[in-house]
Amino acid sequence: MSTDVAGTRAGGLDAEIRLVRGDFEMDVSLQVAAGETAALLGPNGAGKSTIVAAIAGLLPLGGGMIRLGGRVLDDPDAGIFTAPEHRRIGVVFQDQVLFQHLSALDNVAFGLTARGMRRSEAHGHAQTWLDAMDLGDLGHRRPRALSGGQRQRVALARALACSPDLLLADEPLGSLDVTARNRLRRNLAAHLSSGRNGGGTTAPVPPHGTPNVPRLLITHDPTDAFVLADRVHILEDGRLTQSGTPDELRRAPATAYAADLSGINLVRGTARDGEVTVADDDGTAASATGRRSAVVLHAADTSMFGAVLATIHPRAIALHRERPSGSPRNIWRTTAEAVEPLGDITRVLLGAPLPLTADITPGAAHELLIRPGTTLWVSVKATEVELAPDGRD
Amino acid sequence: MTEGSASVSGRDSGASAARRTPQDLPPWPVALLAAVGVVLFALPVVGLAARTPWTGLLTHLGSRFVVDAAVLSVVSSVAAAAVAAAVGVPLAWVLARVQFRGRSVVRALVTLPMVLPPVVGGAALLFALGRRGVVGGPLHDATGLLLPYSIWGVILANAFVATPLVILTVEGALRNLDRRYEAAAATLGASRLRTLWKVTLPMIGPALGVATVVAWARALGEFGATVTFAGNLGGRTQTLPLAVFVALESDRDAAVAISLVLVALSLGLLIALRDRWWPSR
Repeated sequence: MSTDVAGTRAGGLDAEIRLVRGDFEMDVSLQVAAGETAALLGPNGAGKSTIVAAIAGLLPLGGGMIRLGGRVLDDPDAGIFTAPEHRRIGVVFQDQVLFQHLSALDNVAFGLTARGMRRSEAHGHAQTWLDAMDLGDLGHRRPRALSGGQRQRVALARALACSPDLLLADEPLGSLDVTARNRLRRNLAAHLSSGRNGGGTTAPVPPHGTPNVPRLLITHDPTDAFVLADRVHILEDGRLTQSGTPDELRRAPATAYAADLSGINLVRGTARDGEVTVADDDGTAASATGRRSAVVLHAADTSMFGAVLATIHPRAIALHRERPSGSPRNIWRTTAEAVEPLGDITRVLLGAPLPLTADITPGAAHELLIRPGTTLWVSVKATEVELAPDGRD
Repeated sequence: MTEGSASVSGRDSGASAARRTPQDLPPWPVALLAAVGVVLFALPVVGLAARTPWTGLLTHLGSRFVVDAAVLSVVSSVAAAAVAAAVGVPLAWVLARVQFRGRSVVRALVTLPMVLPPVVGGAALLFALGRRGVVGGPLHDATGLLLPYSIWGVILANAFVATPLVILTVEGALRNLDRRYEAAAATLGASRLRTLWKVTLPMIGPALGVATVVAWARALGEFGATVTFAGNLGGRTQTLPLAVFVALESDRDAAVAISLVLVALSLGLLIALRDRWWPSR
């Protein structure tokens, strides 16, 4: 068995997962390329944790195959099963699952010593990782003495420190409060994007990054999925119902669940006294791949300053043929670029100055006579513009 | 009790937290029967203390007869506790983690000594491992080793009655352990043995500690199995409980003195363990 800690065997994940557990049946085919961040997005009970367990080797497949970078990890037909300790998969568990009897430093060093590294050397590496996570001074603390966000960063460092061939993160932001969530999202974004932006990140580069490793993020939160992932896979009731880039999902959601999730508008900008100046086109924003005109959104929350992520639910956007009168603080004129009937709702993709997704009832769409190219007035209440600190630097 | 610390900071506002509600007080029949219970357990201790020859206590405790028994008791009970932990933990792991046919039979078998009269257990050991026993006979013929009437016999008899306590406690702790910690260790590359050593055992450490100490206390007080299997040979197999029994016939003051030492030891241990055995509020 290889004990080469720093060795990188770049390669994608190719998983064909078939399992039956009681009444629950899973049949999922999932590919994540080397260097790609994929999000597995699904409601509770869809089988997300089962996929984590199967890939990590904690649950043997009933059928199918799991391959990682040319290694077959599980293939029931061929009688192959690689034990979890030999898979070289870094797992960030839900609720962290840090060893309570060990210090933060020993938690991060655990995988290194398990793979045969000397204790002192492992502690040196672990310290570098804690430094990279802004936890350099807290290495001696037990997990109980750390905040939720700090624990989650220790968990991330622990998983990454062994330079895994695959990073598997199960609801890494799930148990955190809003502040810790936003902070950690920034951390995650820095680590997940280290292969893509080629030095564009300002986050410290840890000793062994994971630039050419596939990364799979399991979440039920569309914001995490759309902000962090290159590709989103939607899991419903043990099946992948749709896979695609965030943009593809937004344009043509295949199911009601996908439509609900993918319509969330995420707009990057700079906040000051409740006014959000929308950022210029930066190429990676999930939604606000806007034009170079400065758009200002008004938000009810006046406490935020600096880089923010504004969230607007597609159903919170009202469309009108005439300039609306009344209270909404955000009113502007735009054109409909596409109109997609999605059953119960009709999705309207809006163009310049701020590309947004709006969901209205088919009746309203009919009344407004919306077609691609139709000029419309948009109104959004300031209370519907939710602000969070931006996940990226 | 930490009521004192609560009243330090608060004057009037803090006092309300320490006030008793009617729910904190027992109904009178409960209070009465609880008091009867306390008296039942306190009386023997009081009786023992009343009968104790306080002036000659040290002379009695320093006699050859008592010192020999005490040394043997300490050595054999510590050895028995070590055997109980060494055998009990793996057994508990198997019972908690491995599903196999006859698991409940095995569990019943290994916890049998807890309900069996110790004398019967000692007799059974004698039939199995005595000079003419099914295993003891061939063992003696082959190696010359004879377990009964030796310190090895004392240790074995003690371990026989003490190990079930370790098995039950540790099995419970293992069942309550969140298996995801072991899963996390595995994904980090730890072998199964390393996971057991570095994660599982430290995590059940408190339960294992309590189990071992309780097993030791049980071994220290063991009488029936010891006297049946190992005999009552002064200086060789006569432990403190056996010495008390003998002294009751010959030297009552000595018996009382030894008893007092055993009571003090056990009571101190239970008080020290109280917070772990019954987690404090």
